[in-house]
Formats: sequence, structure tokens, C-alpha cells
Amino acid sequence: MAACKDGRLKTGDDGRKMITELGHFALILALCVSLVQAVVPLVGASRGNLAWMAVGRNAALAEFGLIAVAMLSLMHAYVTNDFSVINVIENSHTDKPLLYQITGVWGNHEGSMVLWVFMLGVCSSALALFSGNLPPELRARVLSVQGMIASGFLLFILLTSNPFLRTWPPAPNGQGLNPVLQDPGLAFHPPFLYLGYVGFSVGFAFAVAALIEGRVDAAWARWVRPWTLASWCFLTVGIAMGSWWAYYTLGWGGWWYWDPVENASFMPWLVGTALIHSSIVVEKRDTLKSWTILLAIITFSLSLVGTFLVRSGVLTSVHAFATDPRRGMFILVLLLVAIGGSLTLYAIRAPALRGGGLFAPISREGALVLNNLILSCGCATVFLGTLYPLFLDAVGGPKLSVGFPFFNRTFAPLMVPLVIAVGIGPMLSWKRGDLLGALQRVWAAYIAAVAAVLLGWSLTHRGEIFPVLGFGLAAWTGVAVIVEFAERIKLFRVSLGDSARRAIHLPRAAYGMTFAHFGLAVSIAGFSASAFDSQAIATVHDGSVVNVAGYALHFMGVDRVPGPNFTANRATVEIDRGGQTVAVVHPEQRFFPVQQQTTSETSIRTNFLADLYVALGDGDAAGNWTLRAYWKPLVPWIWIGAIIMAFGGAVSLSDRRWRVGVAARARRRAVPVLQPAPGE
Amino acid sequence: MSIVATRHGGAAPGMTAVRTALFAILAALLLSLATRALAVEPNERLADPNLEARAEAIGQTLRCLVCQNESIEESNAGLAHDIRVFLRQLLLAGDTDEQARQAIVARYGDFVLLKPPVQPATYVLWFGPAALLLIGLAGIALWVRLQPAAGAVPPAPLTPQEASRLDTLLREADR
Amino acid sequence: MIAMRRLPYLLPLFLFLMLAGYFVLALQPGYDPHALPSAMIDKEAPQFDLAGLDGKKLARDSLKGSPVLINFFASWCVPCREEQPVLMRLANQEHVPLYGIDYKDQPVDAQKLLTQFGDPYQRVGLDPDGSVGLNFGVYGVPETYVLDASGHIRKRFVGPLTAEEVNKELLPLLKALRKS
Repeated sequence: MAACKDGRLKTGDDGRKMITELGHFALILALCVSLVQAVVPLVGASRGNLAWMAVGRNAALAEFGLIAVAMLSLMHAYVTNDFSVINVIENSHTDKPLLYQITGVWGNHEGSMVLWVFMLGVCSSALALFSGNLPPELRARVLSVQGMIASGFLLFILLTSNPFLRTWPPAPNGQGLNPVLQDPGLAFHPPFLYLGYVGFSVGFAFAVAALIEGRVDAAWARWVRPWTLASWCFLTVGIAMGSWWAYYTLGWGGWWYWDPVENASFMPWLVGTALIHSSIVVEKRDTLKSWTILLAIITFSLSLVGTFLVRSGVLTSVHAFATDPRRGMFILVLLLVAIGGSLTLYAIRAPALRGGGLFAPISREGALVLNNLILSCGCATVFLGTLYPLFLDAVGGPKLSVGFPFFNRTFAPLMVPLVIAVGIGPMLSWKRGDLLGALQRVWAAYIAAVAAVLLGWSLTHRGEIFPVLGFGLAAWTGVAVIVEFAERIKLFRVSLGDSARRAIHLPRAAYGMTFAHFGLAVSIAGFSASAFDSQAIATVHDGSVVNVAGYALHFMGVDRVPGPNFTANRATVEIDRGGQTVAVVHPEQRFFPVQQQTTSETSIRTNFLADLYVALGDGDAAGNWTLRAYWKPLVPWIWIGAIIMAFGGAVSLSDRRWRVGVAARARRRAVPVLQPAPGE
Repeated sequence: MSIVATRHGGAAPGMTAVRTALFAILAALLLSLATRALAVEPNERLADPNLEARAEAIGQTLRCLVCQNESIEESNAGLAHDIRVFLRQLLLAGDTDEQARQAIVARYGDFVLLKPPVQPATYVLWFGPAALLLIGLAGIALWVRLQPAAGAVPPAPLTPQEASRLDTLLREADR
Repeated sequence: MIAMRRLPYLLPLFLFLMLAGYFVLALQPGYDPHALPSAMIDKEAPQFDLAGLDGKKLARDSLKGSPVLINFFASWCVPCREEQPVLMRLANQEHVPLYGIDYKDQPVDAQKLLTQFGDPYQRVGLDPDGSVGLNFGVYGVPETYVLDASGHIRKRFVGPLTAEEVNKELLPLLKALRKS
């Protein structure tokens, strides 16, 4: 099986063929293993058979190994340009750069489904490896549910979306990857996103296992939390990356379009956030149990519904993969089994879950209930807006479209009380809280809000009041979060040394919460401030100057530059401020001959407080080009805030209290674990 | 070189402190998400800045039918360009905002509106979120009411082991 | 008999089943999320008076008197070629009056297309800036409009005409329009 320099089909072909077939075979084996994983531990748990329960762990690891083999062999087919594989023909080309050879694997429906089950495998094996402290029955049932999900999706892949299908003779070359997807952002956005919403399958599995057992208690909430938190962190980063990628790729500075696929990832995020917060109440106060179970089921159900929407063709979307109603039907059956089954189990078993903790409406629990209410309503609003055109059309009503004006008027106002609650909720104590006292203690936040409103008003030139108010709200919440942290370490009320000591001994979850809430405020400031932007759109030629927000952009002309699989019109623009050259940027327009498509490569100069965004438009034969320049204040904060939120989640995750089994060690220390830390 | 339109950030008269405070306190705020950046070509823009501003405002509520979820003001597509030009022609001819919008709806249907019209077919859509919030609040109120009142069932007294464990814990907490 | 207490727990399942029902409806072959119904149905076709490909003009008023088809096409439109055989059949075998409007195109390119693939049209009007198309509510090519004898639009077909659409919808409609 000698390798060949010109890559043509000769003796190396046999080796290539084998590797691809190996991948295909591995996928089939993975299906068999996952079926075993689905059935054996479940039966073992109901019979108390430890050996059968232990099968779950090895099955999960084996299944992951097999799926990894399948994934790697598919990548291999892409990288070696194996054009006997139909999937490679449809999505690849010899000219494609290596990064996109590898990451283009998941730029299409079949490959992304392999990524989906790969991530499921990651979660299942992580569960298998790190759940040694769970009681064996719970662990067996959780792994069994994971196995069921994996079986369903592996069957789906093998029957309707097999990436290993071949054709003979092989095609001379492929159709290439969509140019819009040929971007480093593509490499990372789907893996993070999938790890996020596939990760919620663990919470789902825990919920179903709890329903089967008939028991939900503080221990269950504590076991489930790290998995939910981890998924949430990945999903946060995944969504933020998608938004940032749209911002710099599409060329007009927009970063969220309420596109059905964007909404499909946002809805699990909203309910996932609610889940994290309500499981706190279950753990601390032994109440809200059946609601939390329902949330855990709904979060993953939304991931599944999202998968359906994107791949079945019932909604139009820029993200939607090539659609096929047959696939849609299959996923719908999966939905009926998974969601219908779990909700039926819920209807039967949940009434038996009774909690104990009582609390007054104004209390930390009350604030968390408000959090859940608003996040759930918010999710329902997004759901309604996304699917209403479908509902109306399916019953023969008029054809309507729902765009951002709907969401601005319904979703945004809904979030306002939530953002306020983020600021003062943590300051309320459990069982009964002092709202008025909390509102007074954040006097600094009111000052910040007023200052922000004034600043925003001075920046806006379109006279829009609501972004200004949103900006003020973000400032209020951000400062309130800081005040809460200061209170926790009794800043300025005891000596600085004492404060520092308190800060060091604060549980990491407290830091996590502070970071995450602060990150939210930062993001909201970014959302609001994006309305304060300045724009300049002009027709330019060599030597033109375009002024925007105090910057002078000197247009120096356009060169034609060839790329690996495109030709680009590359402009040179010198950015001056106050007579000094600040930067030289090169916005491009790229033309991809294989797909006959043009993409825009914008140039963005950021100082993390504002972006200067320059895009090249079309040109004519006379050397006149369209240049679009925007100055967007605080826009980077949208994504910086998301990173801070995810960081907060990660810090919370590292709190060693989540590793059950450490509770015994901690009891021997001075800081008691069983009594909640003050204000926690 | 022709700059047809440039936007500047400029100082605006500040609000009085009282008005600012009132606005800040009134919680029923709308966080308006991003004002969209524009794809209007320089040669499409109208000379009269007021008309152009009206055209942009209306255009941002009209969907580009061959794109996904973009308004005609943000899209490169040929159809978006055509409708932008048509809209500006209508405004130049003296149409009001509503007349211009209706002219486009007459040709392309309600689907072209990014903001679905509030009509009986869309009551569920527009009033649904608020209704769900109220239902949720009612549900919570009901659940709270159905909780057993505190003190209705007195807790069982502590066993001696539990009492000594409680002592140990309290001592640990005080340290 | 399910206790009243259990009813709220059944609600999520019930809502989900309703949702699944909608999805089943949406997966039926007749449903196409991309297809937009025409807003001009039963309205009078917009006025137009276009220069023709062969020098003769194409005006709306000249089309009144019997049901006709107006087909928007372009030389740069690849799906238009798919429907060419169907249009030829309509023109030559079914003797349907078929008029073409060349949308946002160059006359010389349109002429090349018709010479190469055949000309099913009785006459072709030129709409180089797409303004007539805009008045019809055209959002892509090809689109085919059915006009009745009084010049009102009765139906729109979006995308290349298929033989099935012709047999099941177009021809029966024309027959009905001719009778009335």
C-alpha cells in the first residue's frame, strides 16, 4: 500500500478504502454496543445485579472508542481526498486548505451527525469515568439512558445519513465546501455548541433515572449540577462564537438575527440556565423537585427539537442543512420516543416527589423561582416566535414571518425584571429576605445607572431611548453584583486583612456566581451600546478619505490577490486618528470559482472598548468601490461578557464540593459543609 | 470622492436628573437590540436626509425574501436592492410611511413584514408571552397556597443521637 | 380515574404531543416553507407595456379576452431550463397562450437561450430592471402566473413548472377559466 505523490488512485487506494470501511464498520459496532449499554444496566438496576450494572461503564467507553474511530476515518477520507466517498465529493475539494479539510467534516449534515454522537460519546465516557461516587443503580440507569439516545442517533445515521456511502468510479474532484464556512470560526463553533446541547443529555439521563427510582434529593441535585454546569459553559461559548462569527463574516455588523437555528441553540441555553438555578433550590432547600426534573427533561428535549428543526426542512434558515422529509420523520420518531417517553414517565412518577422546604415569596428561593419563571417564559416566547409561522401555515392560515421586531418587543421587556433580580437576588437570605434593605444597600448601583444613562444619551445620535435605558440597567446590575461580593467579604467593615481572608475562604461557587452575573451585565451593556454606532458608507477610489467617529480612513486602492481556492480583491485602507496613523487594514472580497460565490472578509480593529469595522463592497471597472465603515462602541463586550459568564461557570465547576465524597473530608475541617455559608 | 451620508456621534442635551431617575426606576423597559448596519449602496440613497431616514426605518422592518432573517436594508441581494429603490421612489412621490409599506405588502404579502401584523391570526403570538407570564405567576401563587402551612404539623422531637450531632455541628460553626 | 392532582403533570406531555402533531403536518409532501403565496391573487394584473424581444410590444391590455399564462424567466436562471420542455409542451400540444417576460436580463442573452432551447412564447417582453416583476410580486425566477380573461391573476406557480403541476393544477384551472 505505497503512498503516491500525485494523490491519484493507485496502490495507496486499497489502504484508503480499508480505513473508510473500518470507520463504517466501527459505526455499526457502536450501534450494537450502545444497544447493550441501553438494555443491560437498566435490567441490572431493577434486579440489583451488580455485574450487569457494571456493564454500563465499559459499554460507554467502548462505544466512545468506536465512534472516535469512525470520526477519525471520516476525517482521513477528507484529508486524503477520497472521492469515492459521496460525502467527501459533496463537501470537499483538493484545493481546500488543510484546516478546512479536517473541520469541514462537520460542515454538512452527515458529518455533523457523526460529531453529534461523538460528543454524546464524550459525555457518556466522562460519566463512566467520573461517576464512581454515584450509587450503582443510579449510575447504571443514567448510562442506560445515554445508551438509548446513542442507539437512536446511530440508527438514524446508519439508515438515513450515512457519511460512508461510496460511489464507483470515484469522482475526479469534489464540489467544495461552502465558502462562507471556510473560516477558522467553523473549526470551533460546532464542537463547542454540540458539547453544550448534547451535554444536556446527561441532565436528562439523570432526571429519567431519578423518575425511575422515584427519588430526588439534595444528593441527586449535587451530582447533576457539575454536568449541567459544564454543558452550559460549552453552550455559552458555542453560541457566543457563532454570534461573533456572523459578525465578522457577514459584513454588515449584525450579530444576532433570531434565525431559527440561532433560536434552536438559544432555547436550551435559557432553560439550561433555569435548570442550574433551580437545582440550587433542590439542593439547599429540598423543594422545587418535580419542577427541576421537568426542566432537565425540557432542556435536552429542546436540543432534540432543535436538531429536528434544522435537519427536517420544516423551517427555512441560512444554517439549515440539505433537508429531507424522510430524515425529518425519523428524528420525529426519535423525539416521540425520547421526549414522549420521558414526559409520560414524568406524568406518572412526578406527583410522588414531594418537597419539604417552605419559603416566603420575598426570599432567595423566591428570587430563584422568579428567575425560573422568566427564563421559561422567555424560552416559550422564542419558541412561539420561531414556530408560529409553521403552526399557522400547517393549519392553513396566512403565511407570515416573525422577525426581530417581535422579539424586541416581547423577549427584551421580559428580561428586564430578571436582570434586576440578578443584581439583588443573591443578597436576599434563604426562607425570608429583606428586599427593601437589599435595594438600599446597592445605592452605588443607582449612581452607576444614572451615569450610564447620561453617557448613553450623549453617545446616541438617533435618539433611541431604550438602548440608553438598557445600558443603564446593565450598569446597575454590574455594580450591584460587585456590591454583593463586597458585602460577602465585609469590605470596609472589617480590616482589609480580614476581608482578604474571607475572600480566600469563599467557596469557589460564590466566585463563579459573581463572575457569571457580572458577565451577564457586561454582555447586556454590549447589546445596548451597539445601538450607539456610527456609520459611513461611501463610494471611494484611490485617495478618497472617509470619516467616521473621529477616524479618517484613507482608501489606497485594491489589489487582486490569489488564494488557495479563491481570488480576492484586497483593499488597503489606512486609518488615521488625529493625524497619526493608527492602523492599516485590508478588507477583502473573495470569489470562489468552484462554488461561484463571493464572501466578504471584513477588517475589524478593536481596542476592546469599540470596534472599527471596515468592509469592502462591490466595485466597477472605473476603479470606484463601495466602502462601509462602522464604529461600534462596546460591541466586543457582548462576547467578552459571554466569556466571563462561561468562566464563572467553570470556576463554579471547580468547586470541590461538587465532588461528592469530599464532603466527608470537609466535615473534619473548621468550615462546616452542612451549614450553608452566609449569604450563599 | 463622494460621501453621500455619514453619521456622527454628537452631543445631545442631557436629561434632567429627575427625569433620568424616573426613567431608570420605571422597570418596564425595552432593551432594543442592535440597530442594524446597512447595506444601502451610496447611489441608492436619497438626497433628502429626512426621506432617507424614513426609508431606512421602513426598510428595516421589511424582510429580504431571498435571504434569511435579514431586512432589505442589510442584504446584498438583487431583490432587496429593487425593493429599496422602489421604496425610495414611493417616498419621493409623497407616500406616507404606512402607504409605502402597504404598497409593498400589496405585492408581496404579509410575509414581507418582519413584524407580523397584529390581527386575530396572530393574537396568540403577540399576547402569548404576557399570557404565559401571568399563567406562570398564577401557577406559582397556587402552588404557594397549596403548601402546608408552617407549623401545621409539628416536627418530631430530636433523638438523643441527633441532639448530640446538632451540638457538635453548632460548636464547629462557632469556631 | 386520574386524580385532579395529577392533571398538571400531564400538561407537558399533552403540549408535546400537540407539537409533534404540527411537525407531522409540516412533514407532509405538500408543505413547502419556501413557497410564498402570491399577494396578488384575484387582483387585476399590474399594468405593463414592455418592449418586445422581436420588436413587438407586450402590453397587459392586449392579453385580455382569454386566459393566458405569463412566465417570468431569465437566461442566467438555471432552473428555468428545467421547465423548458414543460413549457414547450404547453405551447405546442396543449395550445396554451404563453407569454414570457425576460426578467433582469440582456435581450441578446435571452435570444440565445430561446434559440438554443426552443421558444414556447407567443411573445416575450423585456423587463431589464425588474420593475414589472416587482409589481407582480416576483421574488425569483422562474415564476408562472395564470391570468383569466378579464386580466385578473388567478394562480401563481413558483419555481420550474413540473409535469405534475401542469396535469393536476394548471390544465384543470385553465379549463375552468375558459368555461366561465
